[in-house]
Amino acid sequence: MKTNKTFITLLLLLAPLVILLVSLFIGRYPKPLFMPFSILLNDQLGQNLVYNLRLPRLITAALLGMSLAAAGGVMQMLFRNPLVEPGFLGVTQGAGFGAALSILFLSTSPLVVELTAASFAVIGLVLSYFIARRIRFGGWVLRLILSGIAVSALFSAGLGILKYMADPTSQLPEIVFWLLGGLWSVTWTDLWYILPVVVIGLVIIFLMRWRLNLLSLSDETAFSLGVAVGRERTLLLAASVAVTAVVVSVAGIVGWIGLIIPHVARRIAGANAAAFIPVSMSLGAIFGIICDDLARVLTTGEIPLGIITSLIGAAIFLVMMTSRSMRIAR
Amino acid sequence: MSSPILKVNELTFSYSPSVNAAVNKVTFEIPPQTVTAILGPNGAGKTTLLHLLLGLKTPLTGTILLQDKPISNYSRHELSQNIGLVPQSEYIPFEYTVLEYVTLGRAPYLGPLELPGKLDTEIARHSLNEVGLIHLENRPIPALSGGELQLVLLARSLCQKPRVLLLDEPTSHLDLSNRNVTLQIMNRLRSTGTTIVFTTHDPEAAALIADKLVLMRSGQVLNTGSMDEVFTADSLSRTYGTPVEVVRVDGMRVVKSMERLGG
Repeated sequence: MKTNKTFITLLLLLAPLVILLVSLFIGRYPKPLFMPFSILLNDQLGQNLVYNLRLPRLITAALLGMSLAAAGGVMQMLFRNPLVEPGFLGVTQGAGFGAALSILFLSTSPLVVELTAASFAVIGLVLSYFIARRIRFGGWVLRLILSGIAVSALFSAGLGILKYMADPTSQLPEIVFWLLGGLWSVTWTDLWYILPVVVIGLVIIFLMRWRLNLLSLSDETAFSLGVAVGRERTLLLAASVAVTAVVVSVAGIVGWIGLIIPHVARRIAGANAAAFIPVSMSLGAIFGIICDDLARVLTTGEIPLGIITSLIGAAIFLVMMTSRSMRIAR
Repeated sequence: MSSPILKVNELTFSYSPSVNAAVNKVTFEIPPQTVTAILGPNGAGKTTLLHLLLGLKTPLTGTILLQDKPISNYSRHELSQNIGLVPQSEYIPFEYTVLEYVTLGRAPYLGPLELPGKLDTEIARHSLNEVGLIHLENRPIPALSGGELQLVLLARSLCQKPRVLLLDEPTSHLDLSNRNVTLQIMNRLRSTGTTIVFTTHDPEAAALIADKLVLMRSGQVLNTGSMDEVFTADSLSRTYGTPVEVVRVDGMRVVKSMERLGG
């Protein structure tokens, strides 16, 4: 039992690391698929490629997967609804709108687009929150879900207007490409910019993972067990939204990770958040890295990451929903 | 008689200023190590009163003293070690195992970042054993029957080890045998020092176990006192707004409605 637990913990930590290290050698230089190790020792271009392009990009892919998977798991529990995904409170659509706004009126430089996207992701959340407070019926969860839907719809309408206004030869493709999601422009600078928020957010989520179980109960029961329901829910929600907003701002809209990975993690580790949140983080990192590998390698160009995560995510979802044998005995 | 563990004085609560108070100037005392039934028809304000005692709702006016100290002066953590709640029902959207769920009852004794340890699991299994469901410890919650779930909720509160246990309609969804199990556990808790307050609309459940009755109708307490004082045809008829008779069958009190159905 004890050794079993240590083994699983090690596996959860090591598997993403190993896959990340292997992925450093996957790409299309000098030829498709694998780069021989010797190149890292004596090829200047190869070294540059690995240290300055692939490494920051792969770490970002891992953080992206971890963040979305953890945030998705947290939000599903806070909203007591297994179909919630991390961007639904106006965050994803807000980021998309912000990015398009920047491409049209400010600048197409990645950092400006990212900052505008992040700002609008936060605006989306804040709007959802305050509208939810003004809705005069239903419980807190229902009100947040309703206002999240409304705010997302407003932003996607706004995004539609921006796309309509955009120059179809230069700006529109840029917007569409951003919306499809991808990590091709990620550098160390981007990584340093998302890292503090992601680390703080994930640490909060990790440390409070058992409390999440309490927050998935009814308010009266959680209260009777000594939980400061409002405060703890807000803290975990803020952590989840913050990590989602920053990773979406660099990666664009990468769907399905936040919805599907927590479900797979629950199938493996059970519903107890103390167990499934770490599994979800680890699987998210692995999924992020592998999808980005595929995005880089499958064609001579680059397939937008969002397409790959949706494709694989939806496929996993279908397999999971139709097979009973995936449940692993506990 | 020892001094009351809970003292409720002139308690008033309203969901909105435009509607009648859900709990209106309620005053009563609860002695320690007793079972008190809050009895009344549906919509009398029983659950609201329970939520006020729990500290979940803040009264408009009036005070609640727990061991002579206002409950608002307790920290959330302290309060949860003193007062537990078994809700009427609980929607649990995720597939926790029974043991995982019951272990959540240990939260009052854990820090905000602490995970339950071996001892907590041990206590949770002990509580499951007490409600007779230890054989279901690895069963996912959604696979339980309604009666089993009710007992699991009770087990979760047992491992909270509260001084005062509040139960909201603990017997209303149960068949006869599970009802007896619940009443036996309440009885055992009383004898080991726990004070129990439960709501019910069923006078017979109250008659089977309660030491003391609080009769409620439309947010007001109509009458309060021991079984002998209050469990009378007159006060029960007023509580339910329909004429009833109290008869004794083999020493047990049974309530008989005097109104006939149909012609």
